[in-house]
Parts: sequence; C-alpha cells; structure tokens
Amino acid sequence: MTINIPKLSLVVLVGPSGSGKSTFARRHFKPTEILSSDFCRGMISDDENDQTVTREAFEVLHYVAAKRLALGRLTVIDATNVQPEARKPLVELARDYHVLPVAVVLDLPERVCRDRNAARGDRDFGAHVIRNQRSQLRRSLRDLRREGFRHVYVFHAPEQLDAAVVERTPLWNDKRDDHGPFDLIGDVHGCCDELETLLLRLGYVPTPAPGVALADGAPCYVHPGGRRAIFLGDLVDRGPRVLDTLRLVKTMVEGGSALCVPGNHDMKLLDKLRGKNVRITHGLANTLAEIDALPDGTRASYCNGLASFLDALVSHYVLDDGKLVAAHAGMKEEMQGRGSGKVRAFALYGETTGETDEFGLPVRFNWASEYRGRALVVYGHTPVPEPDRLNNTVNVDTGCVFGGKLTALRYPEDEFVSVPAARVYCEPSRPFLATAEAEPPLSTQQAHDQTLDADDVLGKRIIPTRLRGSVTIRAENAAAALEVMSRFAADPRWLIYLPPTMSPCETSREEGLLEHPAEAFAYYRDEGVPRVVCEEKHMGSRAVVVACRDEAAARERFGATTGECGVVVTRTGRRFFSDDALERAFLNRVRAALSASDFWTRLDSAWACLDCELMPWSAKAQELLRTQYAAVGSAGSAALPRAVGALAEAAARLAGDERAKLAEVEAKYRLRSDNIDRFVAAYRHYCWTVETLDDLKLAPFHLLAVEGRVHTDMDHAWHMETLAEVCRADPGLLLATRYQVVDVTDEASQAAAVAWWHDHTARGGEGMVVKPLDFTAKGRRGLIQPAVKCRGREYLRIIYGPDYTTSENLERLRSRGLGRKRALAIGEFALGVEGLERFVRREPLRRVHECVFGVLALESEPVDPRL
Amino acid sequence: MLLTITTTHRPADDLAYLLHKHPARFQSYDLSFGRAHVFYPEATSERCRACLLLDVDAVGTVRGKGDAEGLLDQYVNDRPYVASSFLSVALSEVFGSAFQGRCKDRPELVDVPIPLEARLDVLPVRGGERFLRSVFEPLGYEVEAQRHPLDERFPAWGESSYYSVAVRAVAKLSDLLTHLYVLVPVFDNAKHYYVGEAELEKLLSKGSGWLASHPEREEITRRYLKFQPGLYREALARLVREETTPDVEADASTTCERAEEVLERPLSLHEQRIGTVLAALRSSGATRVLDLGCGEGKLLRELLKDARFEEIVGVDVSIRTLETARERLKLDRLPERQAARIKLLHSSLTYRDRRLAGFDAAAVVEVVEHLEPSRLSAFERAVFEFARPGTVVLTTPNREYNVVWENVGLETLRHADHRFEWTRDEFQSWAEGVAARHGYSVRFLAVGPVDEKLGPPTQTAVFDRAGALPR
Repeated sequence: MTINIPKLSLVVLVGPSGSGKSTFARRHFKPTEILSSDFCRGMISDDENDQTVTREAFEVLHYVAAKRLALGRLTVIDATNVQPEARKPLVELARDYHVLPVAVVLDLPERVCRDRNAARGDRDFGAHVIRNQRSQLRRSLRDLRREGFRHVYVFHAPEQLDAAVVERTPLWNDKRDDHGPFDLIGDVHGCCDELETLLLRLGYVPTPAPGVALADGAPCYVHPGGRRAIFLGDLVDRGPRVLDTLRLVKTMVEGGSALCVPGNHDMKLLDKLRGKNVRITHGLANTLAEIDALPDGTRASYCNGLASFLDALVSHYVLDDGKLVAAHAGMKEEMQGRGSGKVRAFALYGETTGETDEFGLPVRFNWASEYRGRALVVYGHTPVPEPDRLNNTVNVDTGCVFGGKLTALRYPEDEFVSVPAARVYCEPSRPFLATAEAEPPLSTQQAHDQTLDADDVLGKRIIPTRLRGSVTIRAENAAAALEVMSRFAADPRWLIYLPPTMSPCETSREEGLLEHPAEAFAYYRDEGVPRVVCEEKHMGSRAVVVACRDEAAARERFGATTGECGVVVTRTGRRFFSDDALERAFLNRVRAALSASDFWTRLDSAWACLDCELMPWSAKAQELLRTQYAAVGSAGSAALPRAVGALAEAAARLAGDERAKLAEVEAKYRLRSDNIDRFVAAYRHYCWTVETLDDLKLAPFHLLAVEGRVHTDMDHAWHMETLAEVCRADPGLLLATRYQVVDVTDEASQAAAVAWWHDHTARGGEGMVVKPLDFTAKGRRGLIQPAVKCRGREYLRIIYGPDYTTSENLERLRSRGLGRKRALAIGEFALGVEGLERFVRREPLRRVHECVFGVLALESEPVDPRL
Repeated sequence: MLLTITTTHRPADDLAYLLHKHPARFQSYDLSFGRAHVFYPEATSERCRACLLLDVDAVGTVRGKGDAEGLLDQYVNDRPYVASSFLSVALSEVFGSAFQGRCKDRPELVDVPIPLEARLDVLPVRGGERFLRSVFEPLGYEVEAQRHPLDERFPAWGESSYYSVAVRAVAKLSDLLTHLYVLVPVFDNAKHYYVGEAELEKLLSKGSGWLASHPEREEITRRYLKFQPGLYREALARLVREETTPDVEADASTTCERAEEVLERPLSLHEQRIGTVLAALRSSGATRVLDLGCGEGKLLRELLKDARFEEIVGVDVSIRTLETARERLKLDRLPERQAARIKLLHSSLTYRDRRLAGFDAAAVVEVVEHLEPSRLSAFERAVFEFARPGTVVLTTPNREYNVVWENVGLETLRHADHRFEWTRDEFQSWAEGVAARHGYSVRFLAVGPVDEKLGPPTQTAVFDRAGALPR
C-alpha cells in the first residue's frame, strides 16, 4: 500500500504496544522527525517504560511537536494513541499550526503484538494490556475522520505493513518550483473590458483555446514569452461582464497560461450555485442576472462547470522558491504554504477587528503592518486608489469596478501596469478614491514607518549583510543604542546611514612616530591590493548629509511632511545643527551647489547621501574642547612654567650631585612646558570662530548613494572627482579633498605620498586616510579594512597626551592592539552599506533602521578610544 | 603640579627641620602614580620656600589595567598638572613625620603656630572661588586665588576651573598639611584615582576634630562619595563623546535635576504633580497602569502603595535610571505578591512596543519635553495609536510660568535636557489635536499655585479614550 502524506503534516501513529509503530516510523522517516512517548519518558525519568511520568512525558512531546510544526517540519508521533482523548490534543496542535493531521493505524493481530513484546525484556505487562488497547483502537477506527484526521491509513497484517511505501506530496498551494514570470492581477469584479485591455497591454495574445473550448469559443490569452497571469480572486459580482470574465479566466487557467486564487465573492457565488441560502448583496445580483439570462438548456451544465471550477481553486499559492505569495485578502507568514480552514478563511477575508466602521463595514485589521516575512505577498480585496506597498506586501486592488483602475504587478520586474476603468460600475459603500487634495498623501509604508517597532531593534540581533555575512549585535549594545536613538537621534526616516569607525595603520617603529603611511601601504599590499588612494584627513566632525533636490523629492523618498529638504547628522545620528534655520540655510547651500553642478541630471536622482567632514572641529565639539583639551592646555600652561621657574631658582642654590639630579628633572620639565605649548597649538589648528555659514567648511569624500544606486561599485577616484565638481560650485562652503593615487608596489609612488603626508602634517594637518582604490576590497580572508588612517605627529598629542613623543612614552604606547577596532570597522562598514542598499531597494524603513541602529550599537562596544 | 610651602618665621629655614628635608638636597621619591621631588628654591633665615613637585606618569597610570578601553579623558587629562588626590597621597608619603607632628631636631617647633603660606599650581576648583573661600576661610586662612583662562585665543570659551591658589595663616605645619590632605581632593571634579575605600576612610579620619564643625562639612563629605560610573554609562558616554550634553554626564545630570528640583521645591510642585496624576488615575477606575518615562520611580512608589492598581509597569529609556528605580523601590526585597504587581521595562516612547498595549491607563509625567519636537509624532502614535490605554495622564511644564523664577525667565528652559517647553495654548492645541486624531476626549488640570495671568507651573492633560472602561 502506498500512503500519501502531505509534505508538511502531523503523522499520528495509532496502534497497541508491540504493533510495530517504532519500526514503521524508523523505516519511513528521519530519526529527528519522530517523537516517541517512550523516548520522552526516558528523557525525563531515565526509564522509557516508567508509566508514572506519562503526563509529563506527553507535555514534553507536545511542546517539541509544537516547536517543530511552527518551523514547518513534518512530525511523526510515535505513541499508542488508541484513545480519542490522546489524539484530541494532537489534532488541535495540527490545527493551531495549520498543518494536516494524518492517522496511520496499525491494527495488527493481538498475537503479533504479544509475541513482539515478549521478545523484549523490558516490557513485562500482561496480555490484558494489549487486549484493552486493541479494543480501544477498534472502537476508534470509524471516528478518526470525524476527529479531524484528513487522511487515515489502516494496516491489518504485518505483510501489508512491510510492503508499505510512504510518499510525501506537496500541498496544492506549494508552487515553489514555479519561477514565473508572472503578472498578478487584482480584483476584476466583472470588468472584462478592462481585463482584456490589460492583458493585451501586458503582451498576452488571444489565441484559439486549446482542446475543448467553451461553447462560445472564448479565446485563450497566452503570453508569447511564457508569462502567466495570476488572478487574485473576486472575478465576479458588481461589474457588467461577470460571465465573460469567468470564461476568460477559466480558459486561461485550463490552458495553463494563468493561475487563480479564490476571492470571497467567488466563494459566495459557489455557495449560491450549490443551493445554499446566501444573501443577495454586494453585487451578487449582477452575477445571478447574467446567469439567469443564459438559455435554459445550457444554464444547468454551465453552472455545474462553473461550480467545479470555483471549487477547485486553491486558497493561496507559494511561488518562486517561497519568494512570492499570492492570495486574495493576504496571507500572514505563519500561514503561508499551510492548509487549514483558518488559512482558507484568512486568504478570503483577511483579518478583522470585530468592529464595524461608520459605513457599517467590518473594520479590517491591517495584518500587513505586522508582516515581517521574506516572501512578497501580493493581494487584493480592499480597494485602494494606488497600489499599496507595506512591509513586503502589496495590495493591487485598485478598485476598477468602483471607477478606479485594474492593476497588474509584473513579477519579478516589480512594475505596475494599470488600465483605468471606463466608468464607475458600482458606487463604493465607503469612498476609496482620494479626493483631490493639495498634497499627495504619504504612502501607506511611509505612514507606517513614522513609528518603528522596538521589537525590531531590541535584544541580541543578527543582521545579514551582503558584504560580510551576519553581523551580531549584543543586547547590551542595542540597549545603549536605544537610549541614544530615542533621546538624541534625528527622525529615523532621514537616518539612512551611519559611518563606520576607522582603524589607524599598524604602529610605526620610526623614531619619534607612532603612525606612518608605510604601514598602511604594507597592509594593503599584504592583502593583495595594488593601488590605494590617500586622502587628506580633515579634522572636524564627521557629518552625513542627505540632500534632496526639492520638497517633493523629500516627501516622496523620505516621507518628510514639514518641508525639510534634507538633514545633516553626526556620526551618532544626531542633528548636527540645533538651530533649524541654520540647518536649512546650510542645506540650501549644499543643494544649490548640487543643482549648479548639474548633479541631479548627471546622477539621475532627486536626492543624494554624502559622507563628509564638517569643520571646524570647534563647531560641534566645543564642549569637548572646553572640558578636555582647552582644560588640559590651561592647566598645563599655568602649572608647568611655575615648576620650571622653581626648579631654576633651586638650581642656583645647589651644587654637585644634587644639582645634577635637579638638572635632569629641570630639562624634563622644560620639555614638558614646550610640549604643552605644542599641544595647545595642535588643537587650535582645528578651532575657529563661526559667525556665518562661510566660516563652516564641508568636505564631502564619499558620494554614498543616489536613487537606485549605492556607489560601492565606483572607485574612490570617481568619488573624489565627482564631489570635487560639486565643491567647485560653492568654494565658500564646500571643500574638495586633496588626494593621491598610490601604487603600493612602486617605491617612488609611495615616497611621493609619504612626502605629501609629512608636508601636510607638519603644517598642522591631521593626517591622511588610506583606502583601497576600489570602494570595497577583498583580501586574503574576505573583506578588508575600507580605510586606515595615518595621523600626524603633532595631531596625536591631542590623542595620546602632550608628552607622548618622549621615547620612554612612545615605547610603551607602541604596544597597542588593533584587532578589535578593525573587526568593528569591518562590521560597521558592512552594516552601513547594507542599510543604504536596503534603502535604495525601497525596503521598509525598519529594515534600513535595523542596520543604522546596528552601527550605533556597535559603536558602544568598548575599544581603545585613541585608535 | 607644584606645591610651594613658604614661611617667614625666624629662622625661616627651620622649615627644613619640620619637613625633615634637607635644603641643600634635591630628593626624589617613587610613588605608585609617578614620582615626587622635593627642593628649596629659597632657604634663608628670613624666608624659606619648600617645593613638592609631583611628576605624574600620565601614560603609566592608565596602562596595565586590562584592555585599554576607557574613555578618552582617561588618557588625555589634567592629572599631571593639578592638585588632586595624588597630592594627598604624596603628602602622606613624603612628609609623613611632619604630617604627624614629629620633629626630632626641633621638637619644640612642632606645636608652635608659625606664619605659613601654601601655594598650589594649580588647583581645579569645582564650585568657583566662593566655594574655595568657604572651605579655607572658616579654618582661619587668608585666601588668594588667580583664575586661569581656558584659552586666551578663544575668550568666548570662558574661564577655566584652574586657579593658582595661595592660603596663608599662622598655623602649625601639621595642621596645614592635614587641611591640604583632606581638602584638596574636594575641589577636584574628576574621580579620585588611587583612593580606594580604605584610603577614603583614612582620609576622613584625618578630618576628625575640625571637619565636624566645618560649615561646609556636608558638601565636603558628599564630594568624596563620587559617583562610580557603571559599564552601561561608559557605553553610553562612548556614543556621546563629542556631543556631551550636560544630562548625560552623571554629575552634571544630578546638578541639573537638582536645579529643576530646587527651583520647584518651594512649591512642593513635585508632590502636587504626583498627587494630581494619582487622582486622575484613580478617577479613571484603572487597575492596570503604565508609568511611561518612570525615571527613578517616584510615581511607581505611590502606585505600589495603592492596592487598587493591580498591575503596574514602569517604562524608561535609560537602563541606568531603571536600575536606580529598582534599587529605590527595593524590588528585589518586596514580598512576592507585591513584587508580582510591578514590572520595569526598558523601552522607548518613540518606538512602538507591543508589551505596552492593552493597559487601562498611562501616566506620562514630565516626559514629552525631553523629546525632540520632530519625534513628537512618533511618540503620539506609539502611545495613542499602538499602546492605546483607556486613559492617558500627561504633565509638562507651563513655559509662561517661568518668568516667576528670577533665574529662568521667558527665554530659558527649566532643565538643560528640555528640548522645548509649551505655553498653555501650545500644549492645549497639541493635546486637542492628539485627542481628535486618536478618538480620545481631553480635559486639562492645573498643578501648583495658579497665577492669574500665567497659569499654573505645571499643566496636565487627561485623555480618555471613547468607549474605554467606565469610571
């Protein structure tokens, strides 16, 4: 006997002790698919036959079974299950997880069971036990279907059992192997004129129907490119040509050029056709009138054919390796690809809150707002003025019958094609077309994204990235990030990127230096990178600038509703300017420069995201300067000359050894006094008073992203040149970054860059950043540092202290570990790029925010701040 | 850092005997944080000056303590240049005998008050010259202080907190040293390096006899008990390194909290606010309540006292604050039944959080003004659309009232972390908008003394959701 079981099902073995359940299970299923009550007994009591722990053993069994079913794993229950009360919780479990329960009954002769048990030393219960179990089983047999088992297989003889073959069959809704391409078409409601136009526009060609066509010979629409239509249900009611629509769809489905899922109207019609008493409302009358108009002779057979067509429709489809789901009213993730009454009801009606609105219609619960699934769900059911995207779902019911339009989503192209309704065929009971308002409303996704979900950021998180696989965020870091994000950060809708941290080069052994470009060149050379770019490192504050061409672009792309045209944020996502007017004026200058350099046209975008340094340092870091750098300078400048003075006075009084001892200390203090002056000079280089916008300098160095593109595929020379052109449009505010391309296998090329570095740092510059010429570079073991910095000798006084340059201090400071900093830099870089790519793909904000939040969380990792 | 002790006692060079340091020598001592040098720039019978020069090893003090992962100020700081707890350590180690009033060669000198001057280059004075004087003057010192600028190139940055300080008195040397030993760390804003619990005890014991009667004794003692930053705060501080807000810095935060508290204290506004919120919650008939932005748990404590509140959830965005609330409410020690009524959650009011849905009422006490105005719409939706409690009691300052306080006025806010404060009109139109958008009705209550023209210091809105539970 061949037994067919659905690929995802709960298989309940039923049979007395010794009937061979475990042997059967082992033969046909993976060991991990089998949950045995005996095993559970053993697991908690060390004795597989301990009947006193039966209750606890079944709790374990049900718990594990529930976890497996939730994950979509076929599960076999190996227990006697001869009593209805033992089977009931299993059937409920199957229902809870929308899988089909299957009963496999081993009704073998008592003698067989007894002999088998006798052969096992550990089962010494009397013959009456098996006799009782068998009689309970026999009483159960006829009730199994009523209990809810969808398939029941019964074996009576051992030979039969030995010959059994188990076949796993996919569910009707499982079309994972079908990769399309598809055209998913929203609610037609008898608007056959528009449907025909739409199919033509999509490239379908009416051809004579293959095989037995309908009596009237309706053509079959076939796409020469092999595309198929997927009808999302509600073909009938309300509209003018219901039966034509049905014929057309039925012909296409039967001809293999379309799939169709049922809508609630279609199923109500089916009930009516089957003679059920249904209320003739919501346009059903139109359908019935058309049916009544059929000639008496053909009406009955037509209705039969129609009923069997509708009856065969499958609630929803899972397509293209699980990447696409089609259903009339939608499908939540935990129900996709599963089968139960609830799944079918959800597919037809979606979810309602139980309340009714002011038009007397049920209030729909927007399941899509909580949707987090990987599959794109395309659905209809609720008319919307424009196709409506939310969290990887899209509603394509654009209310054709109500005078809207009939819309198809081309998959995988992800484009909409619409045909406007020729007229209003039916007045909607709730107005759905937007009244012509002055401002276009935000999209459903944008409105939804105004408030993000704490669930999507809190706790330990593992974020997949294209560049570097999974990046793990620890819960404590996420908690710190939540506070900063909530208290200080800009609106997350503007926050599409945060910059990664940057590691310095390996420590130099050169006399008097901690860092030198040679180490940076060596790092990239060792990773197999031939050419690097050296960029002047500006000393200000990191700034991420998002600028839009105009308010319309800001609204369309970022959901901005208060007239903002961009944002300037710090490396922790905080608005750079606390004064809104100043931010606006600043952004206006940047936007004007972008426009003047013809940027929008050249890059074919209405927005851009730039990674920049904003100077002076004192503009943002004034508090830090006051409380730390200027304070150290002030204390040192006040104290050291006093010490030197006192030492000098004492020197005049001392002689011999004592004087020599003092002289040594005096020299040291004179050096310190000089060093504190150098320290003050170092930080002063990066400070100046800002009175007008022209006192600020913005140096953009990455043109991170524009519409449709993240520029990780462009090399740094392109970034530099493209941005330099923008900078030329406003030299008062914008500063092009000086750079050199260096061949790290060429001595002269490297020497030139080193000389440049010496010259730049000697004149107070911070240093330079060395990057592989390609924006993302892979080395011997995957992604390598996107950039390393080589800071100048004087600048490092700010970081390592005024006296770090003494040989005794340098020697100690040289032992510094870069590993942690570098791991963070790579993780944050991968997250930053991932966030931008998600934004550019127009993914829901929570998916972008997850990455940005992740960068912020990683930044709270403890790491030597001097690196 | 340089300490100079000068005397004009005759013969002045007796000072060398008192200090047990020979005036013709240059002596150095190894200490845990570096070295100390003692020498005399001047030693005549008319005038004698002894110097103690601290040579703090800034690099060494932070090395060898596990991974270098502290905050930047651990590495670049004023420690080598200022008088701090390092000086106390050095005094006791280098001038041990003088400290204890022992002098082998001139025992009669020990108990004689002599004219002394101690000069500190430089002393970081938290609290300014006034505090400096209030600490030294009651002990009989004449104080001379010269304040140093932060950076003369940038006068706008203001003055530094560093002073060259001279204190003069006719006193016993051992008393002068003891006073310096105890008092120098009091002025310092940084945490006391190398002063462990035991040393702290020792330090305080040095104050016996004079500290107890010192008018500033409370402040002096309090400043010893410096806040120890937890790991969490460090993580947070790493994120705001360049953008220090006073509120994030623990010290400053307590100062600002205190500023607001001090401001409002005469009105006992805080208690009145809690009272009003409680009344509104009770009147709503709620049994399951949220305290959104619960802070350190002042309202939670009152809610716990009232058995009608069966389920109480305090929510805050700061884990550190929640830890404090947990301690203050003694949650770990509550009887089981009591403990089961209350829960603290770390969450944010600008994100929606399903754990907050389905409560009868929520209190939002003095919270909205800490949100960026641009995030108010997210707050509104998180609370009124998603959490959707039956009643929301929300309080916020009335900006108009600020003019009543001399040191606040119309243009200033009550707290450094307030992003805005609303006038009554602004608040009421916001609240009415929120109510209309989300199906609530709203009424307003005054908290505190109502000024005829300016209204109350705190304004309160009570929102009731249409169809929520009956009162």
